[in-house]
Amino acid sequence: MAILVYTESEQGKFKKTAFELASYARSIADENNTTVTAVCINAESPMELQNYGVDKVLNISNQELKSFNAMSYSQCIFEAAENEKSKIIVISSSADSKYLAPLLAVKHNAGYISNACELPTSYNPLTVKRTAFTNKAFEITKVNTENALISLAKNSYSINEVKTNTSLEDFSVNVSQNDTKVKSIDKATDKVTIADADTVVSAGRGLKGPENWGMIEELAEVLGAATACSKPVSDLGWRPHGEHVGQTGKPVASNLYIAIGISGAIQHLAGINSSKVKVVINTDPEAPFFKAADYGVVGDAFEVVPELINKLKTFKAQN
Amino acid sequence: MKIIVCISHVPDTTSKINFSDGDTKFERNGVQFVINPNDEFGLTRAMWFKEKQGATVDVINVGLSDTESTLRKALAIGADKAIRIDMDPENGFNVAKQLANYIKKENYDLVIAGRESIDYNGGMVPGMIAGLNNANFINNCISLEIDGTNVTASREIDGGKETIESCIPLVIGAQKGLVEESDLRIPNMRGIMMARKKQLEVIPAIDASNQTNSIEFEKPKPKGEVTLVSSDNLDELINLLHNEAKVI
Ligand SMILES: Cc1cc2nc3c(=O)[nH]c(=O)nc-3n(C[C@H](O)[C@H](O)[C@H](O)COP(=O)(O)OP(=O)(O)OC[C@H]3O[C@@H](n4cnc5c(N)ncnc54)[C@H](O)[C@@H]3O)c2cc1C
Ligand SMILES: Nc1ncnc2c1ncn2[C@@H]1O[C@H](COP(=O)(O)O)[C@@H](O)[C@H]1O
Repeated sequence: MAILVYTESEQGKFKKTAFELASYARSIADENNTTVTAVCINAESPMELQNYGVDKVLNISNQELKSFNAMSYSQCIFEAAENEKSKIIVISSSADSKYLAPLLAVKHNAGYISNACELPTSYNPLTVKRTAFTNKAFEITKVNTENALISLAKNSYSINEVKTNTSLEDFSVNVSQNDTKVKSIDKATDKVTIADADTVVSAGRGLKGPENWGMIEELAEVLGAATACSKPVSDLGWRPHGEHVGQTGKPVASNLYIAIGISGAIQHLAGINSSKVKVVINTDPEAPFFKAADYGVVGDAFEVVPELINKLKTFKAQN
Repeated sequence: MKIIVCISHVPDTTSKINFSDGDTKFERNGVQFVINPNDEFGLTRAMWFKEKQGATVDVINVGLSDTESTLRKALAIGADKAIRIDMDPENGFNVAKQLANYIKKENYDLVIAGRESIDYNGGMVPGMIAGLNNANFINNCISLEIDGTNVTASREIDGGKETIESCIPLVIGAQKGLVEESDLRIPNMRGIMMARKKQLEVIPAIDASNQTNSIEFEKPKPKGEVTLVSSDNLDELINLLHNEAKVI
């Protein structure tokens, strides 16, 4: 009956969302008088989870699972759920977790709620609020099945540190072979990704050309941020496709989103609405983005950004 | 090669989203519907397989008769045949069961669906079809080549991409990048005329329960006014972000 949480790691290190999820699962467990079991795959220090309210860790170490495989990983989580007789499984909204989720839902015959953004509002029946219409609305969804799979949207639950008496168990899964194999991975490991970043610095067509992105990258570096862009910027080939955010691009759910030279079209806003604090820098005081922003500077990016970089450097040096 | 593209009929990206019946139903009146953008990328890739490798391409939707305009558009773009499973879908799992059942019966080699629909954002239908039919599955697919039964594809991951080998039967979750935006096709007159003559088959839904149900909708709370900071007082911006918003 334990609440099962899949705590994701990357190259052995837990992602920040693993702790958010553990905290979320802890709250569900408390509301239902039950315990939290985490399942992790090739994590280096599974006992870190004892700081986040996890009662038991099922630790899978298996070299065959070194690179992510949706079929095998969903099998592991499914077997962990069977082992714990879990009715509720909680996973993150990372690209990998959303890849395995529908496979897991089929195996577990579970009602699947993606993009959950709050704790369930009731448990009998299980009812959860999720985002829909690309952040233009929320949907309250009721689960009709005995089992449920909840994928929690990024940045929707804060980490809660609680020391727990955690037991650690090695868990082995006989992974069945499948025909889908990763041949190579092409990933910049030194850069913060949009999905994981707390801060995202994003720029649009107002920047005039790809040669002007130096200052955007520098601002991102000072803030430890990921870089992003509007759709026309990636369509024009100024920036890689992976940086395009918005309704038809990547969603951004960072703490801070800085939009420079982006007008704030509805399709752009749809993808960044779930960012907490939005700052806009734009020459046009009528730009629609100002209506969606928390803080705004009406000004020329080519003057404001370099100065902001300098001031932030001074600020960082003092703090 | 037999290809089927799952087409979801969704509000255009500029649509204002409203609800009726005490916020329990999505208000379709006054909304312009289009092919889900991710499905359009998939359909365009399917056309390439049709033209270069002689594949047949069918399109399918689970919906009521109002979705036929969208299916006709897919036929005008070049699909061979359209199928509509007659049901008002309430939940992705149910949609996936309908689609999986038909796909299995008709033995498609490649199923193309979108990574996510821009209405309910379920992100579940392609993976569930794969799970139900025991087919291979590649999500967030940004390139796809098929040679006989061998598949080479790539998938967008957080911060990069992954090259994957697999084989058919395969289901993919398509998205931007699978084809260039400039390759998307606008139906021409000839296509539209031909589409009128193509078959649009309507078949009944199978019995399947809803794993989940939507019970109510809410709109986000209106935002407060923006705080404007003068461009020659950026220290104030840093101060606000640090002390008020606490994000730096
Ligand atoms: C089906 C569909 C899907 C779409 N999906 C997306 C999506 O997912 N994401 C997305 O971003 N867009 C999307 N769009 C496009 C969207 O409608 C807008 O066209 C796009 O977001 C505009 O990009 P932009 O703000 O960079 O450019 P523009 O609209 O050209 O705006 C440039 C802005 O820069 C400002 N500016 C100019 N010079 C300066 C300067 N020196 N300093 C500061 N500011 C300056 C201008 O005042 C202006 O506000 C979609 C469109 C369609 C039809
Ligand atoms: N009613 C439907 N009919 C046909 N295909 C659908 C339907 N709903 C979703 N799909 C397909 O599944 C993809 C993902 O949808 P979803 O899981 O709802 O986000 C869409 O891009 C479509 O390809």
